[in-house]
Amino acid sequence: MPAATDHEVVLESEGLRKSFGERVAVDAVGFTVAAGETYGLLGPNGAGKTTTISMVCGLLKRDAGHVTLRGRELDTATVDVKAEIGYVPQEVAIYPDLTARENLRFFGKLYDLTGRDLDARIEHVLETIGLADRGNERTDAFSGGMKRRLNIGLGLLNDPTLLVLDEPTVGVDPQSRNAILDSVESLAREGLAVLYTTHYMEEAERLCDRVGILDEGALKAEGTRRELISLVGERDRLHIDARGDLSAAATAAAALPGVEEAVPRDGGIDVLARDVRASLAEIVRAIDGSGVGIMSMEVDEPNLEAVFLHLTGKALRDEG
Amino acid sequence: MRDAWTIAAKDMRRRLRDRTAILVALVLPFGLAYIFDLTLGDIETQGFDATYAVVNRDVGGHLPEEFTRLLQGIDFITLRDASSVREADSLASDGTIDAAVVFPPGFTERVEDGRGGEIVVIGSPDAQISALVAESIATSFASDLDAIGLSVGTVAEPGAPVDERLVARAQDVTPGAEIRGTDAEDQAVSQATFFAIGMAVFFMFFAVEFGVRGLLEEREEGTLSRLLVAPISPGSVIGGKALASLLVGLVSTSLLVIATTWLLGASWGEPIGVVLLVVGGVLAAVGVTALVSTLATTTAQAGAYVSVVAVVGGLLGGTFFPISQAGLLGTIRFLSPQGWLMEGFQELAYGGGLADIAWPLTGVLVIATVTGAIAWMRSKRMVAR
Repeated sequence: MPAATDHEVVLESEGLRKSFGERVAVDAVGFTVAAGETYGLLGPNGAGKTTTISMVCGLLKRDAGHVTLRGRELDTATVDVKAEIGYVPQEVAIYPDLTARENLRFFGKLYDLTGRDLDARIEHVLETIGLADRGNERTDAFSGGMKRRLNIGLGLLNDPTLLVLDEPTVGVDPQSRNAILDSVESLAREGLAVLYTTHYMEEAERLCDRVGILDEGALKAEGTRRELISLVGERDRLHIDARGDLSAAATAAAALPGVEEAVPRDGGIDVLARDVRASLAEIVRAIDGSGVGIMSMEVDEPNLEAVFLHLTGKALRDEG
Repeated sequence: MRDAWTIAAKDMRRRLRDRTAILVALVLPFGLAYIFDLTLGDIETQGFDATYAVVNRDVGGHLPEEFTRLLQGIDFITLRDASSVREADSLASDGTIDAAVVFPPGFTERVEDGRGGEIVVIGSPDAQISALVAESIATSFASDLDAIGLSVGTVAEPGAPVDERLVARAQDVTPGAEIRGTDAEDQAVSQATFFAIGMAVFFMFFAVEFGVRGLLEEREEGTLSRLLVAPISPGSVIGGKALASLLVGLVSTSLLVIATTWLLGASWGEPIGVVLLVVGGVLAAVGVTALVSTLATTTAQAGAYVSVVAVVGGLLGGTFFPISQAGLLGTIRFLSPQGWLMEGFQELAYGGGLADIAWPLTGVLVIATVTGAIAWMRSKRMVAR
């Protein structure tokens, strides 16, 4: 499984399998994550995302497969290698009767941080998550969003090589959610390898360089958003609301490379293309050059929801 | 080991902030020991008093007067007058007095002549214990007279007049053995000691129960996964929990020993023996509660299981009231660590030494080892799924 970037491969997993009794929770799952890359595991609840990352982090014994972190084998008995992992569990995993600073200090000590190094890391993390002025308050007095931020902060405390986030925005208000996504983007830009699980298609599309689509414990497909969309044959659709000789304009657009189809429809022109955004300027010039007046445009791109539907025959989110 | 200490320190900090834990580990056992001592101690030692009359028909004899002085010297006895046997009988019958002691005419002379005298005790039917006490005092007085007669008899020629100086010397002879009565104060001390021991042993199991139950708590709080992703061994997590339990148990039990000694006057006995039993007891409590906790799936369930085991073990072990050392109960109490602990601590309280607690200590340590080992294995399975 190739990484999408040329950076060092940080995490490599292959053939992961885990069953609970008769039920196979995860089977033959494998992927890589490189430094500076955000890899998303996208799937509905119960798809096996948490089981997969639990095996990746050495939380859960796997039945088969292997995981290496920068070339070093990792399992439940591993100790040293785990120091490179920053883990943000799905639920808020903090001690409610300790202050934010005490929570950070405790976990910092477990990562062998001491003295000034520990103090500096604690202050840095509190600054990063915007809780510097609330560090001495007990966390049971925090709002849900603040707890979520601390939850992420604890994952950053050890300055990890690999940051694993298990659905960190579940149950979070839109404002906090946006702040969390901003943080993840920023961390990846700084060179962190990020493994991110979600069942929100929008998050996967926004954050992830590559996405693995997981369903019923199996990795159905993986790749960049564009690769996944092309995998299922979906095309971008551009509708141009225009006035004039629509047939001539459609013919001019259809002649452009990358455009698969252009037809007059509903008082305008419908254009189907592999990557409409890449060809947009040329399409507009061609239509404008044919003497048609453009009133408005609307781009309709296929998304991962459609890919998931295509691959699994079901919706990504079961809201019912 | 450093990781285990870090986890233990965090757990103890959290316990200190949890007032319930302090209540269970310290306030409740001390408070209950104090209350039990106060209430049950009063029942046992509240003042016994009796009203007696002495009917002296031994005109001119000095022994009835000596007996009267003896009674006057006992603080729980009130004396009143009765001039005749009939009057004494009447007073005893209507309950005005608990008993009357009658000295017949010529009593002193008969005793001094070695012919023997007879003291009659008339008891009230409504005050049988007080009447028995009067009879005991009269019997004791008569025994003293017998002893004096024997001493004089062995140094005097048969038929010779009694030498008053010999009698006086005989009265001064220190008895070879004497029976010491337990006074109310002594009784109160042993009572306080019993309840101090009982409550310390009983609550020891509640003080330490948060330990391995803490693993379930960490799982419910979601922090267990964070601990297991950290670069520490699963054994450190379990060890940290057990260590925190052990330390809290040792501190709370030690404070209880000190507090009950200073404030309730409990007498725990040989200090090294007490330390050994406290350490052994806390180890057993940690082992038992940890094992019980591993059978549960939630903290609430674990708390309930531990409570049942602690209460049943406490009752079986005799932490609330002394249980018979004979029969079935006397045997099955040793199935519980509380039974061994009560046995050991009471041995020390009654003046026993280290040799006397060898078996109780062994029993406690065997239970600690067996339950601790099983709990350790089950806990490892809990964290390494």
